[in-house]
Amino acid sequence: MLGKLTWAAIPLNQPIPLVTSIVIVLGMLALLSLVTLRGWWPYLWNEWIASTDHKRIGVMYVLLGLVMLVRGFADALMMRMQLALAQGGAPGFLPPEHYNQIFSAHGTIMIFFVAMPFVIGLMNFVVPLQLGVRDVAFPVLNSVSFWLTASGVLLVNLSLMIGEFAKTGWLAYPPLSELAYSPGVGVDYYLWSLQISGLGTLLAGINFTTTILKMRAPGMGYMRMPVFCWTALASNLLIVAAFPILTATFALLLLDRYAGFHFFTNDLGGNPVMYINLIWCWGHPEVYILILPCFGVFSEVIATFSGKPLFGYHSMVVATMAICVLSFIVWLHHFFTMGASADVNGFFGVMTMIIAVPTGVKVFNWLFTMYGGSIRFTVPVYWALGFMLTFILGGMTGVLLAIPPADFVLHNSLFLIAHFHNVIIGGVVFGVMAGYTYWFPKAFGFTLDETLGKAVFWCWSIGFYLAFMPLYVLGLMGATRRMQHYADPSWQPYMIVALCGALLIFAGIVLTLVQLGWSIRTRERRRDLTGDPWNGRTLEWGTASPPPSWNFAVEPHVHGIDAFWDVKTRNKELHKVAESRYEAVHQSHYQAIHMPKRSATGFISAFFAVILGFSLIWHIWWLVILAVMACFGVLLRQAWDTDRDQSISAEELEDFDRRHPSLGVQR
Amino acid sequence: MSRPAQRPLRILGTALLGNVLVGCTSAVLDPHGPIGRQEKLILIDSTVIMLAIVIPVMIATLAFAWWFREGNSRAKRYLDWAYSGRIEFVVWAIPALVILFLGGIAWLSSHDLDPPRPIESSVTPLDVDVVSLDWKWLFIYPDAGVASLNRLVLPVGTPVRFHMTSASVMNSFFIPQLGSQVYTMAGMATRLNLLVDDPGVYHGLSAQFSGEGFSDMTFDVAALSRQDFESWLDTTRTAGGTLDAAAYATLAHPSMHDPQHTFGTVPVGIFEAILAHPGAAPTAAQIEQTSAD
Repeated sequence: MLGKLTWAAIPLNQPIPLVTSIVIVLGMLALLSLVTLRGWWPYLWNEWIASTDHKRIGVMYVLLGLVMLVRGFADALMMRMQLALAQGGAPGFLPPEHYNQIFSAHGTIMIFFVAMPFVIGLMNFVVPLQLGVRDVAFPVLNSVSFWLTASGVLLVNLSLMIGEFAKTGWLAYPPLSELAYSPGVGVDYYLWSLQISGLGTLLAGINFTTTILKMRAPGMGYMRMPVFCWTALASNLLIVAAFPILTATFALLLLDRYAGFHFFTNDLGGNPVMYINLIWCWGHPEVYILILPCFGVFSEVIATFSGKPLFGYHSMVVATMAICVLSFIVWLHHFFTMGASADVNGFFGVMTMIIAVPTGVKVFNWLFTMYGGSIRFTVPVYWALGFMLTFILGGMTGVLLAIPPADFVLHNSLFLIAHFHNVIIGGVVFGVMAGYTYWFPKAFGFTLDETLGKAVFWCWSIGFYLAFMPLYVLGLMGATRRMQHYADPSWQPYMIVALCGALLIFAGIVLTLVQLGWSIRTRERRRDLTGDPWNGRTLEWGTASPPPSWNFAVEPHVHGIDAFWDVKTRNKELHKVAESRYEAVHQSHYQAIHMPKRSATGFISAFFAVILGFSLIWHIWWLVILAVMACFGVLLRQAWDTDRDQSISAEELEDFDRRHPSLGVQR
Repeated sequence: MSRPAQRPLRILGTALLGNVLVGCTSAVLDPHGPIGRQEKLILIDSTVIMLAIVIPVMIATLAFAWWFREGNSRAKRYLDWAYSGRIEFVVWAIPALVILFLGGIAWLSSHDLDPPRPIESSVTPLDVDVVSLDWKWLFIYPDAGVASLNRLVLPVGTPVRFHMTSASVMNSFFIPQLGSQVYTMAGMATRLNLLVDDPGVYHGLSAQFSGEGFSDMTFDVAALSRQDFESWLDTTRTAGGTLDAAAYATLAHPSMHDPQHTFGTVPVGIFEAILAHPGAAPTAAQIEQTSAD
């Protein structure tokens, strides 16, 4: 009846997951009770859960990323504590059974459920606003994408309470991930949660590619798009091209595990190296899916706070698209040590290094954007400068690892771990934090606390260096990744320093939450009524904060790069500052517009996707059939639903603008 | 090796990369064979080349940001300056030239240090077959007909040709102080050539996660003089123990912390049989079949 599911799946004998599960369940129950008692359900349902507003969905993505950051970081802390203890003969406090699940979960969660939601969340919130449009191309699909990602998150967290997670590392290399060596449900949790959330990501990629290609404001040619939109385009093109590879690869592994196929097994003609090739054909573009939008954030932040246009806009666009294309022909550098010929290794080594050229160009262009500027040292600028210093270092060790013979001694070592945390923390995390601080006032109408923001920055920065510089050294000392204990006592001091670094980063994460809470409490005195707190350059700053669901009552007309700055400059010359925003967004009369209605499709399909994933993981076949039928039913209902739009009257639009004096409407 | 002009550069590089390592077992930076030595050289040289750009850029970042801060009344502002063809040319040219140079190093060195490439030497190479099992290492000396578990014994100054495979999941055979690592994979034979210069005991490990017993999947590398090596072979041969199909099948069962021990008799073709039957341990008949082939 329940397939493989029995009471034995509950980790009653394992205190860490058990206590964590109980705390999570109690916390969720408390939250649900609070929402029920306060009668918040209608608001939550109408305004958030069923919302098709790209800004709301963006905020939910970022919130999801923030919550999962805490989960993923708890794993990181446990790993660092284990390695600070498990020296010589000491076993530490995590047996391999748990430790292996923890590092697998850490990698999976941090990439798929922290970095991806953060980056996609920022794109969701910002891209339509910067393009001067009212929503993404497919608003309901956008909601489906988000909720499918949330389904993956739910399944990964369920593995903590019911069953186990993969013990294979975050990419589940076969043959270790095959049934013969991983008979438990851990790998199935991994595969199904990533299949479901991966579908969500692919749909988001299609949505954003379409939005950017087809829905820009009048006058916004490609070469007038804000650089963040260019990087978002590159990132989403990569999603569209790369995620199907991931889905197909996992599908083959699932066939091996569920239907006795032999794609990647040791015997009967299976070839595990094929999986390694395929997974990295997705995996390498994936890192650029994450980093490119962050490059975009830094471009916006540095230009805005230097009070200058971005230096070398055309170069930046070319560099972005060059990285986008090149990222697809470097995958083999993840396994130089798997016996490829010298020609193949040499080719992929050189290709990998070539990516450093456009990346280097970007760094120089940011440098020259600052040159001659008038730089305001706000929190986003702190993150941007921290990024430039840290990322260069990570880029350098990356080029080092791209030299095949250097990789022969550094592959899979803690040096490699230090390298990719160097670029992911220094690039993606710093970029996301810069974007979060920069666009927060746009989303909520008040700024985040500066002092706490700077404290967060210092915790992350110093914490990063403390946590990962020792790992570079340990890598050179021959320490390999994923070890649960080690014999050499001389490694321990480095491990302890790394733990201190991790604790400092933890303080940074706690302070981020404190900053959010404190800023909300003191929001009345940090309100931004202008809609343009940073003296911004792009269109998102031309509408109210928070923007109305329709973003712009009248489509803005764009005459150049930095569209909003243009308007401000022109009006300043004409001494009509008050009319800037009015002109930016209202060049004709108000007309009624159509906006998508809220839709439960996303939430409901995700609900059934969770049931489908769970029943597939536990082989509960009757429930699989029911869930597939339910998913299909939701699809049919959506396909035949013709009542999707709501009209917003000209009066309502005008009324909103009147209530927001910043929009410059004449009273 | 002893070009004096490169010396200061190299010392600087060593200091930057390795100053924190003094007194520690620095493994990769303390090689005891030609492969590891060349790899260390590549590491240090390319780091120094890149630092020549990275450090100025870091300084410029801080200097530009600080000089052009909002409150600095002495800084000249060029608030509309967003393009300069000359600067664009330079910013594309600098990384391109560095990468051209490093790309050359990458291309040439991946050929020079290609793991299957034989090491030039007047000494006849020694063949060693390596099998990674859950979770131990088996080293077979096909010419001497002996085998050793979790202890690799090598003669100094002799090129060693490793043929490697796995009896289960992937592992990576790695002796940090000798240089290059290469994966072991079931059903596939990978090749690696190493040479150890100095007698001593080195640390070997699996660098690819392979499951529960992974952290203990280490081995000792004993580098002996040629004479000591020969006498080790003799002792091993007389010490007994046969690595037949049954003994191998026992080894193939997952186990951890297996003590080092040796086999005095090893059937011809066992490595090839393991390679040819990646699904399960080969039977006696299969071993015989492969040796006949």
